[in-house]
Amino acid sequence: MTAIVEKSSARSRTRAAGPAGGKRAKSPYPHWFYLPAAIVYGVLFVIPTVTSFYFSLTRWNMFSSKFIGFENYVTFFKEPALVSGLTHTIIYAVVTSGLKVVLGLGLAVLLTSQIIGRGYLRSVVFFPVLVSTIGVGLTFTILMDPEDGLINQSLALIGIQGPGWLTDPSYALLSVALVDVWKGVGLATLIYIAGIVSIPQEYFEAARVDGASAWQNFRSIVLPLARPATFTVILLSLIGGLRSFDLIWAMTRGGPGFTSDVIASVIYKQYQAGFYGLSTAGNVVLFLLVTAIIFPLSRFLNSKEVDL
Amino acid sequence: MTSRRPHLFMSVAAILLSVVVFLVPFAFILLTAVKSRQQASLLDFSWPTRFQLVQNFVDVVQARDYMLIIAFINSTILTVASVSILVVLAAMVAFALQRRRTRWTGLINFLVLSGLIIPPAVVPTIWVLQKLGLFRTMPGLILVEVAFGLSFCILLFRAFIATIPRELDEAAIIDGAGPLRLFFRVILPLLRSVIITVVVVQSVTVFNDFVNPLYFLPGDQNATVQLTLYNFSSQYSTQYNLLFMDILLITIPPLLMFLFFNKRIVAGMTAGAIKG
Repeated sequence: MTAIVEKSSARSRTRAAGPAGGKRAKSPYPHWFYLPAAIVYGVLFVIPTVTSFYFSLTRWNMFSSKFIGFENYVTFFKEPALVSGLTHTIIYAVVTSGLKVVLGLGLAVLLTSQIIGRGYLRSVVFFPVLVSTIGVGLTFTILMDPEDGLINQSLALIGIQGPGWLTDPSYALLSVALVDVWKGVGLATLIYIAGIVSIPQEYFEAARVDGASAWQNFRSIVLPLARPATFTVILLSLIGGLRSFDLIWAMTRGGPGFTSDVIASVIYKQYQAGFYGLSTAGNVVLFLLVTAIIFPLSRFLNSKEVDL
Repeated sequence: MTSRRPHLFMSVAAILLSVVVFLVPFAFILLTAVKSRQQASLLDFSWPTRFQLVQNFVDVVQARDYMLIIAFINSTILTVASVSILVVLAAMVAFALQRRRTRWTGLINFLVLSGLIIPPAVVPTIWVLQKLGLFRTMPGLILVEVAFGLSFCILLFRAFIATIPRELDEAAIIDGAGPLRLFFRVILPLLRSVIITVVVVQSVTVFNDFVNPLYFLPGDQNATVQLTLYNFSSQYSTQYNLLFMDILLITIPPLLMFLFFNKRIVAGMTAGAIKG
């Protein structure tokens, strides 16, 4: 999203450099307008981010820090419980963002078609986005209870023995990812709806004249022309998925064992245990992971922009 | 879009599916919240044998010396203060950033984008707050929410300010308005609609925020509503009716926002995403 916003502003900025921009002495747009925001942002975001690189190389207890080189990183990558957090983070982010793209696009196509109860459906799909993540997590923890939970009770009615969604180590992470999709798919749908609505009607009219089927319409018009929306959904859900913490913490606290631990929950656990240096090393690993995935990806996706 | 008449079968299927997938969980919250303790502990999806709406409400409010009331007050202070500061600071930055291109513009744009993408470094932030004497204080948490929310708000404001003609600024300047007057008297009033969007979206975000209060404002007396949920979940492992009453109460503010500002929220959350 960010990069796309960037474009529109770049265009307006070139326009902005017009007649009034030249006056240097007394600009009506003074630099100190940045100042209050810059102080808050600099002190509470930039400084912590920059110093985190140093503190991740120390043994640290808030009052004194002792430089120990890369020991924290060695611990992080040697301890199986910690490294698995890295792979879980990637799995979680990829699964959630993949499902959000597929389901979001499907729902958006459905919700822009002629369908009864469209307004109701849009509201109901979107509302979970606004609900407290912790509330959703706790509710689904109950619904996913292996014995008494509504989901397995319903499955039992049709003769299926449901798995222990959150208690089985091989399902726990994916179950949480599913709930994340349940909660977040509304936003993806919304972005796709905006994308589909902005496709000029002439394309569909031309297609109708040519006698295109609904599938051909989707395949050759909606899919390629909604590509900016796809990029936005992928980027937003990857950014959200990689740093996801509250849902996982509310539902499994990283368990059973460490099978649903992600980097963000490792950071919290190490912080609680008093290993500030190690916790910060986890933060740096997350920082590197996010930048290594998001920046190249957004550049790549932007290079494939389409013209409507 | 493709066919002009409503598709009956699809509509019925979609509505049924939406009821099962999206409405049943909310119905479950509602039903469990009014059940008696014994019935709630069965965890099943059934009609309450006895309605205890008022009783459960009173119980959950009184729990732990009215912690929920304190939490609602804390959350309200946090939300109102941080969103108000955010609106003013972000609008000022967006205005200067959109109108004036200097050699700093590139750097500022980069910082704004970084704020959206980079996960905050938690423990170093605590360290900074401690140095400032703001750790475990409400002002500290408010400033943290402001710092983490700035990027998103700046982008929304900037996209909107780009649509305000510069002639307006010039007219005001010719009439003798200084930068402050220009911004607060001319520009800010024109931002009304995007301000509403920012306020609504950020209020919901801050109100629902769990991670930042967990790290930066620990302690029962300072709990925000999301933390009460988290605390109750361990305490009330046998009193699901109260836990779900808490969930229900915490869902009401976003629900009200949604009912009144649906269009604004939708506009805010998709803004900038699509227009190339």
